[in-house]
Amino acid sequence: MQLEAYDPEDFYDELFLAKGQPRSHSASLIKWMQNLGIEQLQQHQQTAQIALFKLGVTFNVYSDARGVERIFPFDIIPRIISAQEWQKLERGLKQRIAALNLFLGDIYGEQQILKDGKIPAEVIYSAPGFLKPCLGIKPPTGVWCHITGTDLVRDRDGQWYVLEDNLRVPSGVSYVLENRRVMKSTFPDIFQTMLVKPIDDYPSHLLESLLNLAPPYLPNPTVVVLTPGIYNSAYYEHSFLAQQMGVELVEGRDLVVVDGYLQMRTTKGLHRVDVVYRRVDDDFLDPVVFRPDSLLGVPGLMEVYQQGRVALANAPGTGVADDKVVYAYVPEMIRYYLGEEPILSNVPTYLCWQEKDRDYVLKNLDSLVVKSANESGGYGMLVGSTATEAECQQFAQRILANPRNYIAQPILSLSRVPTLIDDRIEGRHVDLRPYIIHRGEEIYVHPGGLTRVALKKGSLVVNSSQGGGSKDTWVLTSEAATSKPTNNQSQS
Amino acid sequence: MLSRVADSIYWLNRYIERAENVARFIDVNLHLMLDLPVGMTEQWQPLVYTTGDLELFQNRYGKLNAENVIQFLTFDWDYPHSIISCLQRARENARSIREIISSEMWEEVNDFYLMVKEASSGKPLDALPKFFTQVRMSSHRFAGVMDATMTHNEGWHFGQVGRLLERADKTTRILDVKYFFLLPSAEWVGTPLDQIQWIALLKSASAYEMYRKCQHRITPSSVAEFLILNRQFPRSIHFCLWQAEQCLHEITSTPVGTWCNGAERSLGRLCAQLGYLTIDDIIQSGLHEFLDQMQSSINEVGNQIYATFLALDNC
Repeated sequence: MQLEAYDPEDFYDELFLAKGQPRSHSASLIKWMQNLGIEQLQQHQQTAQIALFKLGVTFNVYSDARGVERIFPFDIIPRIISAQEWQKLERGLKQRIAALNLFLGDIYGEQQILKDGKIPAEVIYSAPGFLKPCLGIKPPTGVWCHITGTDLVRDRDGQWYVLEDNLRVPSGVSYVLENRRVMKSTFPDIFQTMLVKPIDDYPSHLLESLLNLAPPYLPNPTVVVLTPGIYNSAYYEHSFLAQQMGVELVEGRDLVVVDGYLQMRTTKGLHRVDVVYRRVDDDFLDPVVFRPDSLLGVPGLMEVYQQGRVALANAPGTGVADDKVVYAYVPEMIRYYLGEEPILSNVPTYLCWQEKDRDYVLKNLDSLVVKSANESGGYGMLVGSTATEAECQQFAQRILANPRNYIAQPILSLSRVPTLIDDRIEGRHVDLRPYIIHRGEEIYVHPGGLTRVALKKGSLVVNSSQGGGSKDTWVLTSEAATSKPTNNQSQS
Repeated sequence: MLSRVADSIYWLNRYIERAENVARFIDVNLHLMLDLPVGMTEQWQPLVYTTGDLELFQNRYGKLNAENVIQFLTFDWDYPHSIISCLQRARENARSIREIISSEMWEEVNDFYLMVKEASSGKPLDALPKFFTQVRMSSHRFAGVMDATMTHNEGWHFGQVGRLLERADKTTRILDVKYFFLLPSAEWVGTPLDQIQWIALLKSASAYEMYRKCQHRITPSSVAEFLILNRQFPRSIHFCLWQAEQCLHEITSTPVGTWCNGAERSLGRLCAQLGYLTIDDIIQSGLHEFLDQMQSSINEVGNQIYATFLALDNC
């Protein structure tokens, strides 16, 4: 089979050390796949795709008029992370989320970090995600970013970098759970030999952290998931999470503020809501305070929230830290709030509002990625190495017109994983989005996360809206941690 | 349960039942046409007439012929009561409550929709009877799957109420097709052709065999009696409304025979009325007039259910 001849080429490969030579943590998987043969693999891939389609694991494409859902392409060859490596990532993520949460509390409170001159105040005030109505709010248990989906990538030399923090409403966790479900039913035997960390308890962790946000005197708080509705690209996930947690899935029109409380309209009258896991963006949450044309939110919600009569996860206002200019200051935040050196690095970032950086960026456009500070999903960016002269010039104009809105980073050569492309196995670039739940007294990192893969040859863009797919992500348990169960005694 | 969710499950069932009954209408007409004596022109007007949308049809299509009428009632995306529109809306509703209904129910609706959508791309006229049978069977399958896989809770009862009200309404309209279907002249009443038409009508309501078991002879008044007043046949108006009443009282926990809201009152009154009517009363006041009255009473029950449970702004 082709795996013997698989060549990582000039990239960091997650499963292979060199041509035909698997990494130690993936050796048994590779051997097992070799025995299986390519046709079997293809068949399994097909079975898995059909299973996902039947489960209805789909996403919507906004440009599609009749609202057709598509499946997120799934690749059967998993990505493996060793126990040791995961421990480091886990520590790094906990550290980063702790610092970011302290930053959010500070920026909407005392603003000590601005007073101490660690971050220029104008950077914060000019960030569209910075919401004045959130100033002075003290969310329950002091948590702002309850659920984070940090995007990590690995460069040619194997070094990990944080690409984005995604503190607003990160999506994708349903694919993680469904992909695993399908993998387990497709390859039950390999899971027994590989000691892969289980992940099925995500909904329990999520529900637990949401229940924690309700006032302690409520014996049976009502938690809901707030969705923009069936036309949202992540609707499947909203419905999936509500179902898995056993809570109501509501839309803005189901909710109303009456008597100072958030209530939902039921067939038996109004019913009070205590915790909202909202999957609606900040801007749309409350037309009284934010966008007046929003039909997705609830008029008066922010006032109830400010009074502490309902908890929102994530807290409104977290978007300020998703601004790519603010992102550049996260290592500084870690030093400032925790007095520690960052465990995970940022990608070196040039801030175009600074003259020196801007000059450098404009001179070196062809070797940089330029990103708009507040767009995501692979939109609003320029990859200098593949862009045309005209595109570069156009971007240069945009940078000069609005330098605050642009940052630039060196083009990383994302790591690759062997991927089944028709009847061949080829390397494809991947990223990793682990999900982190902040519970107040502790931070939980869900093992693994979503591995997105750019299925187009050579492409570095992994977003589902741009032809990306996904893989199951296996975090291995260290041998030492698994103790053998004691046998039953039998008659001697 | 959320009002919106109750609303969606109610309409999910209504739309599926509506699609089934549109297929039944067209089916009865196709059969009536086949039995016409040589030389008589086909009648497609009655079909459109009973939907109450004749004007809309004439504006959009003009000529009343088989092709236009079938296109209008079956595959017209822009006509809200065509089979394909019903399925599309049923599916939208199902999609918005996927975490509430069973996944089997979702799969049925999805398959049903895809089947109709595929058929919409060029069906020859002679393949249609088979297609309408498929529509009927898909609707039955959905009802069966819902019955067997979903907890019989509040939501389930809202779904039942939706299905039963829709069915009662459509049975009145199936009976009306015969009223509008013109015989060559008054003397033809009671002739073999008249007989054949009543049989076709019973068959379209899946009622022919069941009718024979309890009535033997086919007369207009006993066919009407069977489809309006029979207490055991599941498509008769009385049966449907009586079952809907049971479900409604399951939702509110009010004892049957009493009421605590407008929905219970209007449905209870209608059931009581049907319970004490005879077919002679109905024929005396005019069958068509009675059916007309019935349709607006059923609509009123629907309005009351909406106002009592579903209206999002009533709280």
